[in-house]
Amino acid sequence: MEISLTDLGMGKLAIIKRIEGGHGFQRRITSMGMRVGKEVRKVTAQPLRGPIVVEVEGCRTALGRGMAAKIIVEEAPE
Amino acid sequence: MKILLMGNPNVGKSVFFSRLTGTNVIASNYPGTTVGFTRGKMKLDGQVAEVIDVPGTYTLEPTCRAEEVAVEMLKEGDVIIQVVDATNLERNLYLTLQLLEKGKPLIVALNLWDEAKHIGIDIDVKRLEKLLEVPVVPTVAITGEGIKELVLRLTEARAHAFERTDAERWKEVGRISSEVQCVAHRHHTLLERLGDLTIKPRTGIPLSILVLYLVFKVVRLVGEGLITYLLNPLFNLYTPLAMRLSALLGPGVVHDILIGHLIAGKIDYAQSMGLLTTGLYVPFAMVLPYVFAFYLTLSFLEDVGYLPRLAVLMDNIMHRLGMHGSAIIPMFLGFGCNVPGVLATRVLETRRQRFIAATLLSIAVPCSALLAMIMGLVGRYGPRALGMVFGTLFVVWLILGFLLDRILKGESPEIFLEIPPYRTPYLGALLKKLWMRVRWFLTEGVPYVLLGVLIINVFYVLGVVDAIAGIAAPVVVGILGLPGEAAIALIAGFLRKDVAVGMLLPLGLNMKQLIIASVVLSMYFPCVATFAVLVRELGIKDMAKSAGIMICSAILVGGLLNLIL
Repeated sequence: MEISLTDLGMGKLAIIKRIEGGHGFQRRITSMGMRVGKEVRKVTAQPLRGPIVVEVEGCRTALGRGMAAKIIVEEAPE
Repeated sequence: MKILLMGNPNVGKSVFFSRLTGTNVIASNYPGTTVGFTRGKMKLDGQVAEVIDVPGTYTLEPTCRAEEVAVEMLKEGDVIIQVVDATNLERNLYLTLQLLEKGKPLIVALNLWDEAKHIGIDIDVKRLEKLLEVPVVPTVAITGEGIKELVLRLTEARAHAFERTDAERWKEVGRISSEVQCVAHRHHTLLERLGDLTIKPRTGIPLSILVLYLVFKVVRLVGEGLITYLLNPLFNLYTPLAMRLSALLGPGVVHDILIGHLIAGKIDYAQSMGLLTTGLYVPFAMVLPYVFAFYLTLSFLEDVGYLPRLAVLMDNIMHRLGMHGSAIIPMFLGFGCNVPGVLATRVLETRRQRFIAATLLSIAVPCSALLAMIMGLVGRYGPRALGMVFGTLFVVWLILGFLLDRILKGESPEIFLEIPPYRTPYLGALLKKLWMRVRWFLTEGVPYVLLGVLIINVFYVLGVVDAIAGIAAPVVVGILGLPGEAAIALIAGFLRKDVAVGMLLPLGLNMKQLIIASVVLSMYFPCVATFAVLVRELGIKDMAKSAGIMICSAILVGGLLNLIL
């Protein structure tokens, strides 16, 4: 089932399926290593719609909820 | 020949620069340490080559001011050394391909080689070289490993120009990294676990309070310790010499300027106000110990990699003030000195964010020199009085940020920040950085302190002080409730804030007046060094707006304190 990164459970692993939004935004996200087909783990989410932190290939990145909502993933079995 | 050091943020370009040129630049463990470029020189085959340390960038399509600088610099270079983070090969290779497409000779330094090996990443260097068709040298910049080989092979740097679309580039990156890289399955290390604990809200927020408390404790302990056990005894040794000079000079103008006023027949370092008494005591025995203590803790936090985590935890609050979490880094640097703080606002994406960050920073973030003097003067009345000063500034920071966010048009982009792993700081690198910052205070700060004291003394001798006091009386006396002479501190404050607070001591202010004066001096206007940087970063028009906000809010807050306290 495809969900956005914001809806992914804490600590869960998923595969990136799609990155929505404009061309510039997609480039910015991919340039940080978050690409379609990559495994992504949600490390934390700050309360009150604060930023979330994800781990992709051992590298952690913080991103705002608005950005995370545009990253569509599918939960992967561990 | 011009050699550019380029690469993703936080891969060690600045450490490389220091190694190659012998010129030290500040290096830390967070993305965005370098926001402008630094030029240096190195010897290469008997000739002098210029080396340029360029801000880090993920792609050649800039997203913030610091990245714009990086892309602009690209035109200048003859050879590019791309510093690559070996622990993160794929993402770095994307930039490699983009750089190769620019048709400039390139050589790759596979940095953080030790860390990559440590976490079980194995890269076939020979194979990578073949696939990229440029030299690839594994390096550990912080210890100097591989630097020599890199320099030797600089002449082998190759260019090859071809065009690719974005999708083709990523395909190529995927192909190369799967061919050369072998990642062993790894367990999370202790530092990684600690890294996650300090970023998860439930554990991270209490830990951040603990960290800030410890910073405050260590700064006070080290600062006061240095004053009591090292600098005061040193000045006690100096006193007989100064007294002899005082007797030699006899009363008169020269004595007033050099030694100042004797208090009960003795030199009082805090009150005499002479160039060779207070003028030396303020920078060396009151400010320097705190500058040292603050930079010791800041440098440690920087090198460990704590600041980006603080940025994530603070993101929510910072959004309400019109910025995002990354703005915590310029604020933190501002506590050392406002100048690097203002420069660091370049990591923010929009003009609006930079304006808010720079304005709040200049108003409500006192630099270490100013902090030291406030601690020394207001601290005599105990922690409650100090709490009033810092508490007021904190509330001003919050309210003003909140208002600016409401008033200024434009949207706030969200945080998008790489969180580097925690690293154990190298003692040598840490001490070098500490020394660079202390030296900066000694060479750029102390002369201005002396100049400030000299000018003020000449003003007193010429009777200018009374004239200024008369003109400023309606505001200084009427609204702020301070003696007219305090106006002179506001003028000295433009030169150096620490001198300004020092000027207050002989005026015999009570606790309330000292609190008001300290708050107003922090807020009303930046010192000349910060002013110059603000003009450059914001432009004249925005700087004028910012200055208007500073002056108005300082008078308003000072006046309110006068009514309430």
